[in-house]
Amino acid sequence: MNVLFYLSSAIAIAATIMVITRYKPIHALLYLVVSFMAVAMIFLSLGAPFVAVLEIILYAGAIIVLMIFVVMMLNLGSETAQQEKEWLLPKVWLGPSILSLVLLGEIIYLLLRSGTGNASFIFIDSKKVALSLYGEYIIAVELTGFLLMAGIVGAAHIGKHKKKHLHRFLQEEEVSTKIEVRSTKPEDEKQTKPVAYKP
Amino acid sequence: MPFNPQAVLIVAAILFVLGLVGVLTRKNIIFILVSVEIMLNAAGLAFVAAGARWGQPDGQVMFLFILAMAASEVSVGLALVMQTHRQHKTLDVQELRELRDKTEEYSSI
Repeated sequence: MNVLFYLSSAIAIAATIMVITRYKPIHALLYLVVSFMAVAMIFLSLGAPFVAVLEIILYAGAIIVLMIFVVMMLNLGSETAQQEKEWLLPKVWLGPSILSLVLLGEIIYLLLRSGTGNASFIFIDSKKVALSLYGEYIIAVELTGFLLMAGIVGAAHIGKHKKKHLHRFLQEEEVSTKIEVRSTKPEDEKQTKPVAYKP
Repeated sequence: MPFNPQAVLIVAAILFVLGLVGVLTRKNIIFILVSVEIMLNAAGLAFVAAGARWGQPDGQVMFLFILAMAASEVSVGLALVMQTHRQHKTLDVQELRELRDKTEEYSSI
């Protein structure tokens, strides 16, 4: 069990390092799939098979595929990789990395100092999770439904093309009003200019 | 079965810091979104580890909520990325500064 956990966590950390250092977005996303699968393996070794399956289905199967589709639609290829190569200089990443590593050292020191050693865990199956989810957390489940609804509506509203698709009658109306506006514009200017001089 | 909760939390902390470094150093919006996903995943790993330590299902329930939040966040974020690419023809976060102050001292940055 311990060998399984350490092996999969090493794979997860290595794959995540590869994710944040790649130049091409598609390579980073494929390494991210490997990282998520390694984390799912960690979940399995922790005795949480339901969450492990959800990690693979939703993270690696839905979210990453969504990102890959966007990368394909935006056609991010070798030009993006070239830009990233120009942007990712040592003077850019050295400072934040060192500061974050100091913080990581602090939290690892705290975790190791307050250690209680090995603990035995109880296998939690999906039945317990489901009973807890639809029992004491039912309000949170409904609020999550609201959140997903807002996410869908927001994504559909933000992501749509802002082209005007008018009915043909309305289009004729709009064209005629445009012509009227054009024809009346010089007169309006003539009328408004003396008014501006009055006071 | 014995396991070491500190080791799992250390792995979660390492993954979180890697995501943080990705957010801080990258300039492409896609990579920033990916790094945010890594950080959310590390937080979920810490939740599941805590739930396994105490033998309660609450950790896994919290992971489900994190999963739903990550899904809606990434859908809205990718819609924003597509609009940005359509309007500005770039994904560089340093190019997207239309909201800045139009004074002379900031124009050199």
